[in-house]
Amino acid sequence: MQQPILRLSAIEKSFPGVKALDNACLNVYPGRVMALLGENGAGKSTLMKVLTGIYAMDAGSISYQGEQVNFNGPRHSQEAGISIIHQELNLIPELTIAENIFLGREKTNAFGGIQWKTMFREADALLKRLNVKHRASQLLGELSLGEQQMVEIAKALSFESKVIIMDEPTDALTDTETESLFVVIDELRKEGCGIVYISHRLKEIFQMCDDITVLRDGKFIAETTVESIDEDGLIEKMVGRRLEDLYPRIDVAHSDICLEVEGLTAEGVNDVSFTLGRGEILGVSGLMGAGRTELMKAIYGALERQAGDVILNGKLVNPITPKDGLMNGIAYISEDRKGDGLVLGLSVKENMSICTLGQLSKGLQIDHSAEVTAVEDFIRLFNVKTPSREQIIGNLSGGNQQKVAIAKGLMTRPKVLILDEPTRGVDVGAKKEIYQLINQFKADGMSIILVSSEMPEVLGMSDRIIVMHEGRISGEFNAKNADQEKLMAAAVGKNINQITNE
Amino acid sequence: MTNKLFSKAWLIEQKSLIALILLIAVVSVLNENFFTTGNILNILRQTSVNAIIAVGMTLVILTAGIDLSVGSVLALCGAFAATLISMEVPVMFAIPVALFAGAALGAMSGVIIAKGKVQAFIATLVTMTLLRGVTMVYTEGRPISAGFTDVADDFSYIGTGYLFGIPVPIWLMAATFLSVWYLLNHTRFGRYVYALGGNESATRLSGINVDKVKIGVYAICGFLAALAGLIVTSRLSSAQPTAGMGYELDAIAAVVLGGTSLAGGKGRIMGTLVGALIIGFLNNALNLLDVSSYFQMIAKAVVILLAVLVDTKNK
Repeated sequence: MQQPILRLSAIEKSFPGVKALDNACLNVYPGRVMALLGENGAGKSTLMKVLTGIYAMDAGSISYQGEQVNFNGPRHSQEAGISIIHQELNLIPELTIAENIFLGREKTNAFGGIQWKTMFREADALLKRLNVKHRASQLLGELSLGEQQMVEIAKALSFESKVIIMDEPTDALTDTETESLFVVIDELRKEGCGIVYISHRLKEIFQMCDDITVLRDGKFIAETTVESIDEDGLIEKMVGRRLEDLYPRIDVAHSDICLEVEGLTAEGVNDVSFTLGRGEILGVSGLMGAGRTELMKAIYGALERQAGDVILNGKLVNPITPKDGLMNGIAYISEDRKGDGLVLGLSVKENMSICTLGQLSKGLQIDHSAEVTAVEDFIRLFNVKTPSREQIIGNLSGGNQQKVAIAKGLMTRPKVLILDEPTRGVDVGAKKEIYQLINQFKADGMSIILVSSEMPEVLGMSDRIIVMHEGRISGEFNAKNADQEKLMAAAVGKNINQITNE
Repeated sequence: MTNKLFSKAWLIEQKSLIALILLIAVVSVLNENFFTTGNILNILRQTSVNAIIAVGMTLVILTAGIDLSVGSVLALCGAFAATLISMEVPVMFAIPVALFAGAALGAMSGVIIAKGKVQAFIATLVTMTLLRGVTMVYTEGRPISAGFTDVADDFSYIGTGYLFGIPVPIWLMAATFLSVWYLLNHTRFGRYVYALGGNESATRLSGINVDKVKIGVYAICGFLAALAGLIVTSRLSSAQPTAGMGYELDAIAAVVLGGTSLAGGKGRIMGTLVGALIIGFLNNALNLLDVSSYFQMIAKAVVILLAVLVDTKNK
């Protein structure tokens, strides 16, 4: 195999109380895509921050194009030709595409005036190379998330980057956008770029990458080519133990109907009807923007219903506020943990009990001991890894934050639990724990709606699956005779009669 | 020292308290008249008005809001109270009515912010201007005397009276801090205040009536501004139409000095007490040290800037 263009060897980095990196290694080869894998907290992001000089390493070395380097900040590494495209894009929606690409490096004339023509021309050329059908003079905010990511890549190209690092690039993309991203990655690979691809999605890694590096607890575990390993072997390396069947579906008899939704219409949702049985898991699949989250929020009362009814146990409930929803026994766990799931600055305890403080109070006063007891019970039940219940939740890993978010909803003892992307940004180990919890609730007779963009998850966990397309239900399947192709066909809106199996 | 009490984190947490103690120590050495019971009580009494307003301001700022209208509420409620007293309305009736009026005026700002979805800065800029105008129209720009009746004598107890040898305004300040401390730490409402300031949409999705919490904090803030107005009016035995001008800025300064984040969700009520005391002690110390009032403003600005810089550095 050829020489790596970038080699990080034996990197060590400690923070007070934790050794984040302990002999972490990574090689990036020109013209190849290297997957960087590991559970949350394995040290992937820390390693990237050491590389770009945001953190100073305690020990180890970085060699780039055959020379020892030590970057003192992202700007420095970017100018040397190493670009990172972060999960959260660093772009300014109010500026044009060209201004974003050349931010801080605007082409200017002798008087400091910006040479717009040159800038637009160069930016247009970059966009064309990436197959983006927008003009560089357009405002960034008018672009879809996937297109914005392309702008980040264009920015990386404008630095003539030889190494491009992508951190969870497909997390917020639709499938079509993911496809076009892969085409671009393929182009970059052919041009000799070395690419680091950080992702939780194993399927994408097998589809897109050439090599795989696995980190665990800050340590280098293995580097291998994609051909020489399979999914199970990879998961085993990541978690350091064998995971039996990732989706432990259990069968629970469910006869009576718990929730009926009839002709529900709201912004982005058009005349949707479905039923949910007691002790049933109903999977909801569909592409990004199909109206799944809007439908769930309308059922919960967080989004205004324009028409239709929500009937729970034969009783018309039609919640108009989230409080209504909770009081009637519907709990909704948001897909956007940071945005509207948790209050990151508050403690584990305060987040967990926020929906149920009414029951945990005597009159106006919070019953602190009752609150602590309830919270401790759920920390144990959910196996939340936190130093204490008083820990600020923003300091926990994604998986543990998600457990708290679910616990918060569960503390209200709901009849219907709506989980919107419950495993997004959660590592494999925590994922499995969450699945087991979901099954436990199901066995206890709770009715669950599982919204997910990950088809294997929907297929593996649900009893029944509905698929949404442009605000409508475009397919309904019994999980036993559904597969990814059928779900995808419904998600892109193929004729329902042809794909619904009955 | 390895004693846990003096760990770095603890020191950073208590930095405003430490600054206050240092301030007192240094000035005590420089001027022997400073650290006397008489002077300390004097400072505490002078601080009480700003401190009481700052308590309400802390609640508002914890929800990531701001209330610029406190000075105007103070003036209008003070004028209202003076009128009632001059009409010989009994104190036991006049005071609750004036306080309730303050709460209603505060709630008005809250409604504009919560229901009208107007930014707090703009909404309270409006109510600040509006209520100052109403005060001017109501008083015709002249002070309103509380009169010289028995009722007026009763009323003057709030601002000038003593209870167990300690001025009544200090008792009121203490009661205010204790009540709001209890509210923030031991009631649902307090928890929701922190949650709302930390992440409004998450709080809303958690089934909490966010609008009610918002209106509630502005109502409390107005209530406390009215209480401060009663102290000021009672002390002077008359209500000045220009009373309370610029008080919102002193209150915000006390909150910020106390370590509460203007971004909301983070802060402690006792920090605000320390912040208000720093401003009060500093003013008094500079007076005793014969620093001109022009320089006092500069000194205050420097202290606030230093406090904020230390805060940002530790983030």
